[in-house]
Amino acid sequence: MMSTEAQTVQSENATAHLPTLADELLRRTGRNPAKCYQCGKCSAGCPMAAETDHRPHDVLRLAGLDRREQLLASESLWLCLGCETCTARCPNDCDPASVIDALKAMAVEQLPDALPKPFSAFHHAFLDQIKAHGRISELGMMVSYKLRSGALFADATSGPGMFQRGKLHLKPPKIEGVDEVRAIFKACEEDGQ
Amino acid sequence: MTIGYYPGCSLEGTAREYDESVRLTAGALDIELKEVDDWSCCGATSAHSVNHLLSLALPARNLALAESAGHDAVLAPCAACYNRLARASHEVATDSELAAKMPKIIGRPFANSVKVRTVVDVLREAIPSIKAKATKPLDGMKVACYYGCLLMRPPEVSGSDDPENPTCMEDVAKAAGAQPVSWNLRLECCGGSMSVPRTGSVVRLGRAILADARAAGAEALVVACPMCHSNLDFRQSAMANRGEAPMPVFYISQLVGLALGLPAKELGLDRHFVSVRSLLDNRPAAAAKEVA
Repeated sequence: MMSTEAQTVQSENATAHLPTLADELLRRTGRNPAKCYQCGKCSAGCPMAAETDHRPHDVLRLAGLDRREQLLASESLWLCLGCETCTARCPNDCDPASVIDALKAMAVEQLPDALPKPFSAFHHAFLDQIKAHGRISELGMMVSYKLRSGALFADATSGPGMFQRGKLHLKPPKIEGVDEVRAIFKACEEDGQ
Repeated sequence: MTIGYYPGCSLEGTAREYDESVRLTAGALDIELKEVDDWSCCGATSAHSVNHLLSLALPARNLALAESAGHDAVLAPCAACYNRLARASHEVATDSELAAKMPKIIGRPFANSVKVRTVVDVLREAIPSIKAKATKPLDGMKVACYYGCLLMRPPEVSGSDDPENPTCMEDVAKAAGAQPVSWNLRLECCGGSMSVPRTGSVVRLGRAILADARAAGAEALVVACPMCHSNLDFRQSAMANRGEAPMPVFYISQLVGLALGLPAKELGLDRHFVSVRSLLDNRPAAAAKEVA
């Protein structure tokens, strides 16, 4: 039986060793947000900086300050285009694009109900198509996106123009290895657990 | 030359003309494309937004299929597919733990021996052949070569010699007889997959890209990515609200195909939203040449 004192010390140690956001990002990306010296070169080149609350160098700073909830609930993460301009230009190899991706993955795991709807609807619709067919059916993806996001009439007028140009297929694609693809999803979901 | 071919999902649908023109133009340049049997989606933006391992494993399956078919290189015309495939290959090559577990994750042997290449890269290598076979060079058509984001970035993945000032696309356009203009926004992102969940951002970014190309005197834009094309061609009707004439957007494979004398219809030029016809038909030099 452990003494009360020993129990207290153990629990204090446990708190002290709870991973910080920086620890978790280091584990996931191999990058330490504390390396960022806030030069702002990433944000100067970010095409979405004008529309976001947190620009790439803000994200790195907030990560270093362990502002987990503020970051994981931020729409700014989902506005990242993945264009990798920030990563290509960072003078200290902080790789903001990978850090932002890792934060998005953490938001999906830790705050699934707080994800901004259009983006979560889009990514779900997209990945569901891969699971269903092994490839994307663009028409199926749009229908699924509209149902999930509630944006039923967005782009409704573009369908006929696409169809007329032979760009939309009514029949979904199908590959032989669709079970293989589903197994990859399963293995990747389990790997992180 | 024979090379594995990974068309990717867009090239079966909204970017059908990219697929048509890549196949036709490659054929005319004696480049044999062997489609990777039973390829699957690369996972694109969505996979790398939610699960890092998934974003590497989905491309790895396709690299493994190309490998088992005996290819040492695979051509991925879509810049986003290219980036995902090249990144998976790069990360597996630099992370031995990942390399060890990947065959188990994808359920296939995987030695990571296939090099991933872009259309621009393959066409640039074929420049001598393009020049020799260009029966209808483009007679100085002023084009703005638009690289967008993922063709050159990040440099350690793309292997680009100069990610901030590349010239490979201009080199190919020149070989086709076009005259590339010098402009600023050729490496800015068009908004990619944001086209669906946040159309307004794509319209904002596209408008700036087209305005800059216009200011530099371009008659047309040249791209090498289905998302760039969709965001700049299909979405252009939402941008052209200041009285400017619409700007045609060519795939680089269509531009080269035209120079090789391949028929516009077979290159899929009628599938665009912004018509290329008036540009092609009203070129005095080209018209005179056809009459002669």
